Amino acid sequence: MSTPLDSLLDRAGSAPGALLIRRAHLLDPRAGLDGPGDLLLRGGAVAEIGAPGALEAPADAEIVEAEGLHAFPAFVDCHVHLRTPGREDEEDIETGTRAAAAGGYGAILAMPNTDPVVDTASILGSLRERARGEARIPTGFTAAVTVGQRGERLTEMAELAEAGAAGFTDDGFPLRSAGVMRQALQYQRLAGRCIALHEEDPALSVDGAMHEGEVSALLGVAGIPSASESTVVARDAELAAYEDGFIHVQHVSARQTVEVLERARAAGVRVTAEATPHHLLLTDECVRGLDTHFKMNPPLRSEDDRQALVDGLRSGVLGCIATDHAPHAREEKEEPFELAPMGVTGLESAFAAVHTDLVVPGVLALGLVIERMTAGAEPFGLSIPSLARDAPANVCLVDLAAEWEVGESGYESRSSNCAFAGRRLVGRVRMTIAAGAVAFRERSFAIGAVA
Amino acid sequence: MKRHLLSVDDLSREDIERILGRAESFAEVSGREIKKVPTLRGRTVINLFYEASTRTSSSFELAAKRLSADLVSVKAQGSSVDKGESLKDTVQTLSAYDPAAVVFRSPYAGAAGLVARWTPASVINAGDGKREHPTQALLDLYTLRRRAGRLEGLEVWIVGDVLHSRVARSNILAFSRMGCRVTVCGPPTLIPRGVESLGCEVRTTLEELGQADVVYALRMQHERMTGTFVPSLREYAAQYQIDGRRLGAGQLLMHPGPVNRGVELSAEVIDSPQALITDQVESGVVVRMAVLYELLAGGSALPRGAGTSSRATSEPQPA
Repeated sequence: MSTPLDSLLDRAGSAPGALLIRRAHLLDPRAGLDGPGDLLLRGGAVAEIGAPGALEAPADAEIVEAEGLHAFPAFVDCHVHLRTPGREDEEDIETGTRAAAAGGYGAILAMPNTDPVVDTASILGSLRERARGEARIPTGFTAAVTVGQRGERLTEMAELAEAGAAGFTDDGFPLRSAGVMRQALQYQRLAGRCIALHEEDPALSVDGAMHEGEVSALLGVAGIPSASESTVVARDAELAAYEDGFIHVQHVSARQTVEVLERARAAGVRVTAEATPHHLLLTDECVRGLDTHFKMNPPLRSEDDRQALVDGLRSGVLGCIATDHAPHAREEKEEPFELAPMGVTGLESAFAAVHTDLVVPGVLALGLVIERMTAGAEPFGLSIPSLARDAPANVCLVDLAAEWEVGESGYESRSSNCAFAGRRLVGRVRMTIAAGAVAFRERSFAIGAVA
Repeated sequence: MKRHLLSVDDLSREDIERILGRAESFAEVSGREIKKVPTLRGRTVINLFYEASTRTSSSFELAAKRLSADLVSVKAQGSSVDKGESLKDTVQTLSAYDPAAVVFRSPYAGAAGLVARWTPASVINAGDGKREHPTQALLDLYTLRRRAGRLEGLEVWIVGDVLHSRVARSNILAFSRMGCRVTVCGPPTLIPRGVESLGCEVRTTLEELGQADVVYALRMQHERMTGTFVPSLREYAAQYQIDGRRLGAGQLLMHPGPVNRGVELSAEVIDSPQALITDQVESGVVVRMAVLYELLAGGSALPRGAGTSSRATSEPQPA
């Protein structure tokens, strides 16, 4: 994974203009940046970094007066459902990438559990073409591990990799068969991309709709035990070790899973993992009212699990924050809890939610959160956005003091099933620059004078 | 009292006392030749059942009729639900008839709560999935108090398939709210993890059943019997059937019905004088009258909406 796979990402053509961001607080721990400064973006890259007010704007540059704002490397979300093809009523490439840009993201990876499933090079090719016409930010497409995500037969992984699959996953479904999992890891030597895993044992989850615990006992809703996740992660870590493959565990929800991952990583297994904002911030207590905005798979678990996830994020066992942005039609979420589909949207609220509940109270340092918000690139061999000189221009400008209510002025996403809907959060993305071009600019954010 | 009855948790001890007292006064009316009172004359009650029911739906029908309400009963089969209408649309359609109450049963937890969001009527949960069945719990309290003379301090054992039972969940909450000590007992595969948090003890054998003042047996559902929850019906009966040997002379026996004779209960205990099973059925009507009364005409719940403000809210009296 030495050469970054950034060329696998597509987006609509957008001429990179010159942009001078003045007097922002530049924060990029990896680049050693933490303090006020000017940032000149030109030719699609960071052209210059200077002391606050020191840089001269070139004649063609837009000037953004950013005093009071933070400039972070734009975030990367390696777990997004764009619902295209098949459910464009819920999301499409244009609305999904617009939502991502509004959340400060400069790149995303789309999941292949669409209709049809992304399991052939031709479907992948048509998606990549559409992204070149519609995507606001660079967008990669993962392909299924097995045909139709049925868990039986491997897809043509080598051809899919050549056609530009950014990774492989049957997300939405676990790979039930250890044998198929092993074959996928063997084939990874040929295809060479990360295998991302939705870890769940259907024999333990059965028809569960929430975490198994006191709240599910009270509600009479079938529960999904934590062991449904952790046992399969343990299995797949063993297989990855045996086949010397590399895997990425999606949406970790349980303490037991964090512990399995710690042991595997300590033993040298190449396994990375992600946590979602909702699992990091919410628990099954939210489900007491049977509000379908708190129904997702894996489910929100106990406070003890949540604490373990926060600790895992801090230690790096959970290397990145990913949203598992899962749009659903309103009428589908207006069903009784047990019938409603699993999944919540999260691109537009992810940073603000984590900032409000973990950074503001002092649980996690802001710099660490920025690292985790961008690290989703790493397991998939993409380069991590940076504010360093000559790095591709991926920047988000955030007002850390701005308070707003999630959903108050609608969503850029076509769906509104956000777990944080109605919550007042602190920290508002004002502007996102992805691969050199402005991808999002908040309406209320004054456009600086053009020189 | 709250405007809806969705969960036993919506009821304070005082609310429960008031409903039970109201049911007592309706029981007097039921003893008369003409059993009707005019309390809900001109008001509409809709029974909306998305799941099969005999005793709950028929007792709600009788209760509404004895309060002189206009009654509409809708079953999922043969209705627009069969044509794919969503729950929301069905509820909004029926709400156009300006019902005072919607009695709702669904195979899904929390569905009655959704209905309450979509209709201005008072919603009574007549069973939502495996979650709750609050009026069953109320009629059980009523029946038991009539026989035992009190509820405070009674030791109640709820025996059987607790996992899939909405009756168990509502009754654990209701019995403990009224001062009973509740123990649940059943096969470990049919006891939900974390159920202690509802305020009950858990046992997996009947060894200490002798402590109980009241044995409340749950229905063993056919689909569970053939699943892998219990190895066989024979094994279940051997371990958990309440029979003449296990039921002490001083213990009372309750069951929400319908009974599987020879499975959770033996024939001899069903027919014994200790069994309150038919009393429970009989109580269903007066307790549901009391619930309708308290929600629609009771002290704190003022009639709602235009044209309803002058309607009778008087004490029950023969029509």
